[in-house]
Amino acid sequence: MSVLGWTYLFVGLSFALYLAIAWVCRVRDTKGFYIAGGGIPAAANGMATGADWMSAASFLSMAGLISFMGFSGGQFLMGWTGGYVLLALLLAPYLRKFGRFTVPDFIGDRYALRESHTINHDSLTHRIIYNPARFVAVICAIFISFTYVAGQMRGVGVVFSRFLEVDVNTGVIIGMCIVFVYATLGGMKGITWTQVAQYWVLITAFLVPAIAISIKLTGNPLPQVGMGSTVVGDSGTYLLDKLNAIHKDLGFASYTQAFGFDGEDRSKLLNMLFVTIALMVGTAGLPHVIVRFYTVKNVKAARWSAFWALLFIALLYLTAPATAVFARYYMIQSINGTAAVDKPAWFTNWEKTGLVLWLDNGDGVMRYEKGENNEIFNKGPLPVDAKMPNGTDGLTWDNLLTEHGKWLADPTKGADARKTLREHPKVGATGFGKLAGPDRDIIVLATPEMAELANWIIALVAAGGLAAALSTASGLLLVISSSVAHDLYFRIGNPQASEASRLMVGRTVIGIAVVVAGLFGIYPPGFVSEVVAFAFGLAAASFFPAIVLGIFSKRVGTVPALAGMVVGLVFTAYYIIGNVYLGMPRWCFDIAPTGIGTVGMLLNFVVTLGLTPFCKPPSPEVVAMVDSVREPEKQGPAVMIETADVH
Amino acid sequence: MSERNQPSSAPPPSASSEAQAQALGRYWRKNVTIMAVLLVIWAFFGLGCGVLFADYLNEQYSLGGYPLGFWFAQQGSIIAFVLIILVYCILLNRLDNKHHAELQALELDAASKASGGEA
Repeated sequence: MSVLGWTYLFVGLSFALYLAIAWVCRVRDTKGFYIAGGGIPAAANGMATGADWMSAASFLSMAGLISFMGFSGGQFLMGWTGGYVLLALLLAPYLRKFGRFTVPDFIGDRYALRESHTINHDSLTHRIIYNPARFVAVICAIFISFTYVAGQMRGVGVVFSRFLEVDVNTGVIIGMCIVFVYATLGGMKGITWTQVAQYWVLITAFLVPAIAISIKLTGNPLPQVGMGSTVVGDSGTYLLDKLNAIHKDLGFASYTQAFGFDGEDRSKLLNMLFVTIALMVGTAGLPHVIVRFYTVKNVKAARWSAFWALLFIALLYLTAPATAVFARYYMIQSINGTAAVDKPAWFTNWEKTGLVLWLDNGDGVMRYEKGENNEIFNKGPLPVDAKMPNGTDGLTWDNLLTEHGKWLADPTKGADARKTLREHPKVGATGFGKLAGPDRDIIVLATPEMAELANWIIALVAAGGLAAALSTASGLLLVISSSVAHDLYFRIGNPQASEASRLMVGRTVIGIAVVVAGLFGIYPPGFVSEVVAFAFGLAAASFFPAIVLGIFSKRVGTVPALAGMVVGLVFTAYYIIGNVYLGMPRWCFDIAPTGIGTVGMLLNFVVTLGLTPFCKPPSPEVVAMVDSVREPEKQGPAVMIETADVH
Repeated sequence: MSERNQPSSAPPPSASSEAQAQALGRYWRKNVTIMAVLLVIWAFFGLGCGVLFADYLNEQYSLGGYPLGFWFAQQGSIIAFVLIILVYCILLNRLDNKHHAELQALELDAASKASGGEA
């Protein structure tokens, strides 16, 4: 059977399974809709958290990025797993003990400006003025979730465009319909159990090709060991040493080389440190991850759930660096020195999507290396209002390729597209860096093809990529829905709203959010991982300090916490937007926009703690709440959210 | 909207509530100590071995075909994170049980004193 046949089979089967689960678990009340009734077992919750967590960015982009970055790719591996330690130790048990629906709920209750019974609940303005923290938290949650979901929909588009051989936009629309059906039908309960299924699909899809390649390349079935072993047929040479030698020949930086404290290295070291911290803290501050710990039975289960989640996540994260090394090795080996007639099949397949491109220098031999002799590119976005070198309007890929064709036929006519890209003032050094080499997002999907594995394995990877993108997208859409319907509509807009009307609003919001997310997927604001990394920075700079100080300090009051959140968020958003879209220089210690969340978080802590001595401490009511959150639950049956008071 | 429900585990107003508050204070301090120690270990493996000293470890040691700093950045730190959470779960659940036993002992104590006083 062909790759396409297998893909239809796997994708069809897995989607049928997801929809069946959503139908079985459909819910009718808000508790089931938002927190699955609070009764999911720890291990299942761990798997669901894993699937929720491992997005298109983890599954599709991460190994690709590591493959291009080498050692410094470790920042994603450590950042996206180390955050779970913060989450397990600092947040999860306490938020579960608190036992409400959402993160803005905690922030709103902890940083309420007046004691709740003195608030005049009659008017909308009063509800906002007397609880500004809740309002700010809702805005943060919605903002972060949308930034994150934008990356997921793009991932869905990439998978569909290659494997179902449809247009990227059609792929995004198919994905939108499927997410919409099971997110509105099942709510959190349906999503949780669907995510358990999706976890198994995605982890199988990730491990099977890695194991197959590891056996083929190193003879060891464990990719983690294989990566540190010798190459089959070349005994005595370690795979990593061989890769380093190849890199050196082609002018790339060494794959395993770390950064020292001297010279240029220092800035790279500092950046890696900051990005790692931003990702770690961001993980712990992401609303769709935190909300996961509300869905378990009790505090003990919340702790175990964090452990299971990280264990299940680690399965993929320990394999990804091996996939990255294998991919790098195969990619370089299969491209370099290959004549046009022997062009590898994976290259031809992906050329159709424009995510990889060969611009020959005229000798008919493919060459992928660093510097001006490189012939491998991807059709990434070009500057919109740029001119061609001959002065005509429209620097587009079509025009570039036409000119390149003319140049190949007769070097006195047309223009070498590689030279144009390299020397074009608007593409410049940074833009050229992204356009050189294959698109990073295709590596995981293309590696089984590079290693010439069986068709069914290639198709399995497609099903896994879709599972990863859809599971995260649905979890995020639910957070957006709960933020709007619960925190904004019910808690702030209309506290008298009935159960039915709240569910109605929740489902409508999911519908709107799916469409907005789909638009982000069709008009992507950047690379999948990059966009996602910004969401982390924003989460790190806004939520994390407010929640941690809310639990571990009884002195921090509303005004300092609010000021901290606003300063952190505004600073981080300003730096990211300025750097990425407005061409602002990196004025803050030369830190990359992906790492600036760390500085935003520190600023948040400094502002909050600095203002605290000058501001009112929280009310006795709030202090009592902090005390109750800190106390472990009594033995015996825990207080179930179902039986708790609807607030 | 109803009032906030009372914290379910708020101590009942009795003679032993002082002792219960002290027990909770001890529990909280131990919890914070365990947390702090584990966070130091977390920072050492993740930010230390994986980033700050990775260059040194790379040059000095290797693990099979892995330079050690590279191994920590892409494998070792993740394994350490999983183990840290495992240790935290075990220690904290044990601490919870101890705290509950202590509270129960206090209650029994108070009950026997009360009945002793009446006798």
